[in-house]
Amino acid sequence: MAASMNNTRADAVLPPFWNTVLVAVLLAAAVIAPFFFYPVFLMKALCFALFACAFNLLIGYVGLLSFGHAAFMGSASYITAHTVKVWGLPPELGILAGTAVAALLGTVFGWLAIRRQGIYFAMITLALSQMIYFVALQAKFTGGEDGIQAVPRGHLFGVIDLSHPLTMYYFVLATFLIGFAIIYRTIHSPFGQVLKAIRENEPRAISLGYRTDRYKLLAFILSATLAGLAGSTKSLVFQLASLTDVTWQMSGEVVLMTLIGGLGTVFGPVVGAFITTSMENYLAQYGSWVTVIQGVIFVVCVLTFRRGVVGEIIELARRIKAPSAAAQPMTRPVPGE
Amino acid sequence: MLSWLPHIPPTPALFAQLLIGLINGAFYAMLSLGLAVIFGMLNIINFAHGAQYMLGAFCAWFALQFLGLGYWPSLIVAPIVVAAFGIALERLFLRHIYRLDHLYGLLLTFGLALIIEGLFRQQYGSSGQPYSIPSELTGARNLGFMFLPNYRAWVIVASALVCFGTWFLIERTRLGAYLRAATENPALVQAFGINVPRMVTLTYGFGAALAALAGVMAAPIYQVSPLMGSNIIVVVFAVVVIGGMGSIMGAIISGFALGLVEGLTKVFWPEASSTVIFVVMAIVLLVKPAGLFGKAA
Repeated sequence: MAASMNNTRADAVLPPFWNTVLVAVLLAAAVIAPFFFYPVFLMKALCFALFACAFNLLIGYVGLLSFGHAAFMGSASYITAHTVKVWGLPPELGILAGTAVAALLGTVFGWLAIRRQGIYFAMITLALSQMIYFVALQAKFTGGEDGIQAVPRGHLFGVIDLSHPLTMYYFVLATFLIGFAIIYRTIHSPFGQVLKAIRENEPRAISLGYRTDRYKLLAFILSATLAGLAGSTKSLVFQLASLTDVTWQMSGEVVLMTLIGGLGTVFGPVVGAFITTSMENYLAQYGSWVTVIQGVIFVVCVLTFRRGVVGEIIELARRIKAPSAAAQPMTRPVPGE
Repeated sequence: MLSWLPHIPPTPALFAQLLIGLINGAFYAMLSLGLAVIFGMLNIINFAHGAQYMLGAFCAWFALQFLGLGYWPSLIVAPIVVAAFGIALERLFLRHIYRLDHLYGLLLTFGLALIIEGLFRQQYGSSGQPYSIPSELTGARNLGFMFLPNYRAWVIVASALVCFGTWFLIERTRLGAYLRAATENPALVQAFGINVPRMVTLTYGFGAALAALAGVMAAPIYQVSPLMGSNIIVVVFAVVVIGGMGSIMGAIISGFALGLVEGLTKVFWPEASSTVIFVVMAIVLLVKPAGLFGKAA
């Protein structure tokens, strides 16, 4: 599937020097940001950005739309909250435990889901994640509707006090950067090239001798693990693990972030996460209108804005460079047109 | 010893749960049937199916509240209204994305579902509105081994008839033959002078009408609530994965069967009843990835 979903090569747009400058500017902005914005808002956005990047690894680079990524984020956040609060683990081990459980869950779900493709894959991941939702609703340790509240942030490595908002912010930023770096390396590794080959034409990849199922499974596990890392970190930021994180609405939200930012672009999910999080921040008092607006954005994005913010920027830059070589979205023959 | 084994419940309770399972199965069957019909023609997984089911129930409720129309007229009116709405959606939005990857259809209809449900939740909150059973069908009859509420018997019979009717329409009539042909090769069918775009539009309307009909029938059993659609649609997706979307009959049978499985689980292990269908789905994926009635891709 999805040649149409991705026609962007982010690194091809800017010369290496300007790429470095851009990254340096972004990093500097991230470091000084908490002095200008509310740190909790930034931390929330960073957690979602990592979540969306992990999701984008699957949809953007393997062409698999998972509609159940909330299961990984949510279960990791429950495990971290539980181990830190009840078992008294330090934050780094709590996060490790949550991430490990997400990886395990990702292994099982991925093993099941990669048996089907396209929309079936989406429906299977959605159904499996709904199973996790019901488990979280009924299990004793998750606290049902209340969730796990008042999770202590603790001391990182026994020394750094995370209860201070600024310290916590830099910890979250570091976690995000580690996750982002892993994804960046994956995409630009030979492994990532094979993933893209699978996305573009799976039968051809198979005929070239690649065991595509293994590659897909590995990508799925990696994506689930990093989604878990985002969830674990988020549970420490908000000191809360709740049912919200395992609902299918959350799975839909990460799709929305990635779609707004640009499927298959390196920075797209980050941009999308910041847009969505700030939108929800400003619209919080309007109740269900948030859902309505999310729906409208979905419809608008699918109908007219499929490249997303970053995708459009890249496309614009490419058009300026080589006006004739504007990429045409791939199409498939249709019933009824 | 063996305390983990649940007690065997008395027979009436067993049959009562089986009945509930059959009722749920009737709704699963009608909804997965609609999904399969729409998918066959449009190649789109209609995420808005749950919202359309909810709209059907709300149409019945509106008709009663504001127009004084009872259950029986609603059974006709609500599907027509929702079908018209579905046709409008298809003309306004869906037809623009047939050329794109299937996944965009899922995302678009997901967005539509969010809009519809968000609007209703804004207006009516998350709690349900009661809708009473039509007076002709109140009461229950004693079957000897259990009491069978008349309304529930009606739902099972009516949905079985609707399912069979749809199957007959698609598999045994000339119109259905056009439809199946257009599913296989739209360009060729169009070359024979059949208006395929119109068939696509009407198919979507028909699928929406089926969902709405299920919604009206569900209104007296479950409450009429903005969330009723999203609660059921994920389960129906699992049913569709289990059955495979290749066959109409497969959708019907797996719908009823999984309802029964869910009912049985409720008897023996109540905590697992909300997850059992997903477990069945996982097993089916291991044994027969294309689904029980599906053709290998």
